[in-house]
Amino acid sequence: MSALGAIIIRDIRLAWRAGGGALQGIIFFILIGVFFSFAIGPNIALIASIAPPVIWAAALLATQLSLDQIWRADKEDGSLEILIEASDGLSLTALTKAIAHWLASLAPIIVIAPALAIMLNLPSTKYSPLILSLLIGTPALSLIGTFGAALAISLPRAGLLTAILTGPLYIPILIFGAGAIGNANGSANLMLLAAYSLFAAIISPLAAAAALRFNLD
Amino acid sequence: MAFISELANPVVFERYARPVQPWLIGIACTLAAIGLYFGIFNSPADYQQGDTVRIMYVHVPAAWLAMFCYSTMAVAAIVGFIWKHPLADVAAKEAAPIGAAFTFLALFTGSIWGKPMWGAWWVWDARLTSVLILFFMYIGYIALWQAIPDKQRAARLTAILAIVGFINIPIIKFSVEWWSSLHQPASILRADGPTIDSSMLTPLFLMIAAYMFAFAAMLLQSMRNELASRRLARLDMQSNPVASIVAGDAQ
Repeated sequence: MSALGAIIIRDIRLAWRAGGGALQGIIFFILIGVFFSFAIGPNIALIASIAPPVIWAAALLATQLSLDQIWRADKEDGSLEILIEASDGLSLTALTKAIAHWLASLAPIIVIAPALAIMLNLPSTKYSPLILSLLIGTPALSLIGTFGAALAISLPRAGLLTAILTGPLYIPILIFGAGAIGNANGSANLMLLAAYSLFAAIISPLAAAAALRFNLD
Repeated sequence: MAFISELANPVVFERYARPVQPWLIGIACTLAAIGLYFGIFNSPADYQQGDTVRIMYVHVPAAWLAMFCYSTMAVAAIVGFIWKHPLADVAAKEAAPIGAAFTFLALFTGSIWGKPMWGAWWVWDARLTSVLILFFMYIGYIALWQAIPDKQRAARLTAILAIVGFINIPIIKFSVEWWSSLHQPASILRADGPTIDSSMLTPLFLMIAAYMFAFAAMLLQSMRNELASRRLARLDMQSNPVASIVAGDAQ
């Protein structure tokens, strides 16, 4: 257990060091919101009404940008092979890496999301659904992303491919996540989002472990 | 079981596949001819849609095949993953582009049908959207195959993707359906009148059968092509190793 804790602490440190990429992910997240606002123009009512989907799409895109980092450094310095050899269960290690990715890259996005929401004029009643849906849904982004990044780890330019592979699997998260803020069926959407996150927590580590084994044997 | 493992030998597979091929093509063409005749001349126009309803006879089978090809691909991937049957890997790989083509055909004919019926080439209806996502899943699967040079490794990794995607398909489909119908009942689906009459059902089933046989013929042909090209690459390697390595790097 302490070994898994060590992986988490190490990954968070690496992500927040210079060149680690976690900070860039957050800046990218804000930028996407700004892009939308500039594209729409100064129509505050329209911007407010599309704020939930824009925030969710921004979180999704910022995640895809950071997926490449999950296994890349471990692959390059050879520690991935030690992880595979030394792990009691490789899928447990994959789950740990997903948790570390969530803590390093997505938890800060959730913290900064209200700032973007203010800029997008999200109505004040929608703040708690926004945070709740991000808290429940973003773990699925990290989990599925860990699997997608593991699939492409042995390839030279894996970033774009990982985005294409994870894209279709991210769609339910986007639908339920934005739906939880947007309309009257918020709680139903939240429950479905939770179900998807739990489902991803079971499937993704297993699939990621299998993908890693076949990539490095 | 012995027969299936015997088929792992490409020469044996070729011996069985070659004579079957013309039959599959012949049956597909005959069924399509009969189906199209019934569809165009021997079935009524819809009371609301008029003659545009005939697009159904090329559209609905394509949509069926889009799903059927993915199932074939996923089952082949599972068989290849568990029993390491080389022919299953080839079948999974070759089913994907055909499935993507059927999916594109379903989207394309659906778009042509949608323009006069809904007044728009594309609406974000649940059914359209889930087929579009299916198309993206095919693209991802094909992209992964193309990205990994080593065939063995590519087969294992794409199999994992196909299996995870297969588990996710029902979830994605339901998510998309709930997305458009949670707050309002589906109203724009299809105005295909009351129940489908047998005069329309006959050509529809004929066309579905024709598409199925066409799929089988195309899959068999692609598998034979793939096996032949692998054999060719091996022969190249034996006769002129250096040149083939350089050519392989250049690809």
